Amino acid sequence: MATGFFTDTTICIGCKACEVACKQWNELPSDGFEFSGDSYDNTGSLSGTTWRHVSFVEQLSPEPAGAEDRWLMMSDVCKHCTHAGCMEACPTGAIIRNEFNNVFVQPDICNGCGYCVVSCPFGVVDLIAKVNEPRHADYNDATLNQEREHTSQTALQGSGGVAAKCTLCYDRQKIGMVPACAKACPTESIQFGEIEELRERASKRVEALQERGLPAYLYGAGNEGSVGDLNAFFLLIDKPEAYNLPAEPVLPSTRQPAGYVSAALTAALLTLLGLAVFKGAK
Amino acid sequence: MQAKERGSKIIHVDPRYTRTSALADLYVPIRSGTDIAFLGGVINWVLQNERYFREYVCAYTNASHILTDKFQDTEDLDGLFSGLDEPPRVSDSLPSVVMYDRRTWKFEREGNSIKSDPTLQHPRCVFQILKRHFSRYTPEMVESICGAPREKFLEVCRALAENSGRERTTAFAYALGWTQHNTGVQYIRTAAILQLLLGNVGRPGGGIMALRGHANIQGATDIATLYDLLPGYLPMPSALRHEQTLAGYLKNHTKRTGWWVNTPKYVVSLLKAFYGDAATKENDFCFDYLPQISGDHSELPTMFAMKDGAVKGYFVIGQNPASSVQNAELARAAMERLEWMVSIDSFETETASFWNREGVDPSTVGTEVFFIPAATVLEKDGVMVNTNRMLQFHDKALEPQGASKSDAWFLYQLGKKLKALYAGSADAKDRPILNMTWDYEHEDDRERERGEPSVNKIMQEINGYYTATGDQVKGFTELADDGSTAAGGWIYSGVCPDKHTNLARSRTGGSGVSLGWGFAWPANRRLMYNRASADPDGNPWSERKKYIWWDATSGRWTGADVPDFPIEKAPNTPADPNAGGIEAHSGADPFMMQIDGRGALFVNEELQDGPIPVHYEPLASVTPNLLYKQQHNPVLRQWKRRDNPYNGAVNPEYPYVLTTYRITEYSGGMTKHIPWLAELQPAAFCEIDPVLAAEKRIRNGDWATISTAVGEIEVRALVTGRIKLLSIGSGERVHQIGVPYNFGRLGFAHGDTSGDLIPLSMDPNCSIHEAKALTCNIRAGRRPRRDAATDPIDLDVPEKERTSEGKAMLHGTYHDFPHENPTCG
Repeated sequence: MATGFFTDTTICIGCKACEVACKQWNELPSDGFEFSGDSYDNTGSLSGTTWRHVSFVEQLSPEPAGAEDRWLMMSDVCKHCTHAGCMEACPTGAIIRNEFNNVFVQPDICNGCGYCVVSCPFGVVDLIAKVNEPRHADYNDATLNQEREHTSQTALQGSGGVAAKCTLCYDRQKIGMVPACAKACPTESIQFGEIEELRERASKRVEALQERGLPAYLYGAGNEGSVGDLNAFFLLIDKPEAYNLPAEPVLPSTRQPAGYVSAALTAALLTLLGLAVFKGAK
Repeated sequence: MQAKERGSKIIHVDPRYTRTSALADLYVPIRSGTDIAFLGGVINWVLQNERYFREYVCAYTNASHILTDKFQDTEDLDGLFSGLDEPPRVSDSLPSVVMYDRRTWKFEREGNSIKSDPTLQHPRCVFQILKRHFSRYTPEMVESICGAPREKFLEVCRALAENSGRERTTAFAYALGWTQHNTGVQYIRTAAILQLLLGNVGRPGGGIMALRGHANIQGATDIATLYDLLPGYLPMPSALRHEQTLAGYLKNHTKRTGWWVNTPKYVVSLLKAFYGDAATKENDFCFDYLPQISGDHSELPTMFAMKDGAVKGYFVIGQNPASSVQNAELARAAMERLEWMVSIDSFETETASFWNREGVDPSTVGTEVFFIPAATVLEKDGVMVNTNRMLQFHDKALEPQGASKSDAWFLYQLGKKLKALYAGSADAKDRPILNMTWDYEHEDDRERERGEPSVNKIMQEINGYYTATGDQVKGFTELADDGSTAAGGWIYSGVCPDKHTNLARSRTGGSGVSLGWGFAWPANRRLMYNRASADPDGNPWSERKKYIWWDATSGRWTGADVPDFPIEKAPNTPADPNAGGIEAHSGADPFMMQIDGRGALFVNEELQDGPIPVHYEPLASVTPNLLYKQQHNPVLRQWKRRDNPYNGAVNPEYPYVLTTYRITEYSGGMTKHIPWLAELQPAAFCEIDPVLAAEKRIRNGDWATISTAVGEIEVRALVTGRIKLLSIGSGERVHQIGVPYNFGRLGFAHGDTSGDLIPLSMDPNCSIHEAKALTCNIRAGRRPRRDAATDPIDLDVPEKERTSEGKAMLHGTYHDFPHENPTCG
């Protein structure tokens, strides 16, 4: 059985309950308190400590009758790709596909090398400090500052960090519970379920919206490029780039043959050049 | 969203383009503070284009009632009603209070009957007066007052008319953007008039929904946290109204006709619940134990009195006035004049630590502050009453942290300690405390040991019981005025119909109105005045909108809900104007609580500031009133003091509209202590349009300082096209600035509070402050800091500026006061 998320952005109300529910269930710390000035989005992007992230896309003019006015909201999450870049890059086997067909990082096996971070075409995976204690129980300014230091990227490089991202609430699924974000979503913008059934439901929804004249389509359900279908896919009404999603996500390994060839060619050329130089020196 | 998916059209009218606007079918921008002009415009359009629901209006509203010839409308007096004498009548003790003499706002009577014209043609009938009153609210006028594009306004009018009538209904939902105004009550009145004209009251899918600011605001009002109410919307006795005896009180507050003929039953039962066996017929059921109000003791006047030294002690339970009230610095300075303050909260609030703030040397503050840690909602049993009047019980999910206790524990133990302190006293003045029924010992041993009271027992007392047997009453119709019943809050009667049942706990869902889920007062009725969902003959207005109807075979009202009508009173029952109570209503008068059984398009004496709503500009406005000579609500309360300065009308120093609101991420000012919420909105900010930002050289994300006559705050600027550029009048551009109010000095998301910008001024009906329609200026950069050493806060206000409430409290002099009639009940 494969499970996943269908996120219908047309009924997202931007309440960010998913972000909070995710952090609460997974005992993730806040990422700090910086004002971004980027619409109502102050958490910026998915990270090792933000596994659901609601982006706000303002497409408005200040004219009172702005006919084209839109404020798009979209709850982003790990895509749990069919061909997962992070999994391919992982040298320790820490990233696996679990019994629900979700891409899962085993924190106890991860050595914090960070190869997965650069191999994710969506920029989802991130490193965080290895912390076993739940960190929000006695929150105060002191623990907060400590945490900020812990999570700052420079402190993490090569210091026993661990890759972290959405687990699709593996622990909840194992006991038959719906993942925290989907459970908290008040409008069912985030739907959890068996992937085949979700796709079916999603295509019906697309048809219905298209009948109403909305340019709705599914992102990640039509075999997008080399990453294959996404187990967390989205219903969008603008081009993927508007939501900060790659139009054609590319699995880094697909670039490997070309990389090897160019490396071999470079090596050959350099050898020839070296020979030529040495010859000349004689 | 579900309604929208099922085909409902969602319209959002708001000064800002919000998340709600993004999901709505139609967004209409509006200048803050002009909703009465907008709704008045819709009313005018509905009347001029004959789009009202004529049968409903004729049968169920007071449209046909005829006014006396003494009544003069704003059309006659350029923005004023009759009754405002020249010079205006003011109170002896309160020179700033101007009041209407409301005796001319009455219907003409013939004996006990109100004169009426069923053809609605009489020039002094409510319908014609309404038509004339709103005739100047044309679409052109709406556009130039509100700044809402005319085409969008007309689209709203058409949508409302198309979605009302026999087959369809329209609902209004509002929040504090409608209430927190100097004309707040009249905002809701305007919507009520429109909904009555469209036939959308008492019918499924209709109505006007108040979206409350907090989870249990409805319950707090029901069981009377307001100074002028007793539980169940019974007025507090007043020293100013000749009601020092039970008979005097009942005379003032028992209506001859309509449901309020039952007032004595509810009052006597309440006194029996309060004072138990000590309350007897002979001693007026201890009526004289009740405190008598002697003026306006609501929050705003009390704050001034506190600042002037007339208040010694202050309990603050789950509130944070130092951060979330208007003129917050006045509140903080007022607390310096207290002898003691008790703050009960889950977090240390700005109020509990008001003494430790910018510009103040803590060593100079003499107030003794007690901070009592409070359990959160998950850590205690209790009941929430939501906006559709539904009681839902919640069980304690985990033990309170550390030393924190429930609020109920605090009050119960305080009561017990007071009783112990007064034990043995023979002094008459101590009897109210000694005779107070105060036995809520918990059923559970462990909880009892901790001193927690039993919420169940409290609810059973509120529900009511027979004093002889102790058995629960099954509903308020069983309550009596002879002392044989007791009930702590008559409107909740029926929630605990026996000792083993608490309907607030019931969780039977199901389709339709789900009568098995929770308990909605009164009598588990989900839709009030639902007799109006059937036509005068008792048949549903349409199959599609079928709800409650008359079943002629069984001779009863029946349907999806609990009928809000005497169950066997046939639709053709004639009214008997000489009878009392609801016998005076016919079988086709749905509005049982009203004297005449009709929906009030026109109110008589219930409101202080007019029988029909009028568009006035807010006290601080960027424009003259385009409709009348009268600029602002003539009877609003204001306090002209140096610590409460006003921007004034059309002041070029404050050229921008300022509005405040909360944001989704926070509930009031307390949730900024939760890091997961604080990271979502980490700093106090303002929302401004790109044109103003460019003009003022404020870049997105930069600091900006907003100023009013009251003070300055610094916030981060969010420059956005969601704030619309409006044109009003003959094309003058209006910039609006929005500031969320949720911030303060403490918590993970810090920032100045919008409360430091707003002077106190007050609606005359229910003492609500103005916090939504104001003016301000803005500049780039941060504000200067205040230094306690060089610029200490001046606590003293000259004697002549002090408010009369404070003086009255200090010197015990009470004279005349606006509250000669109960208002907000």
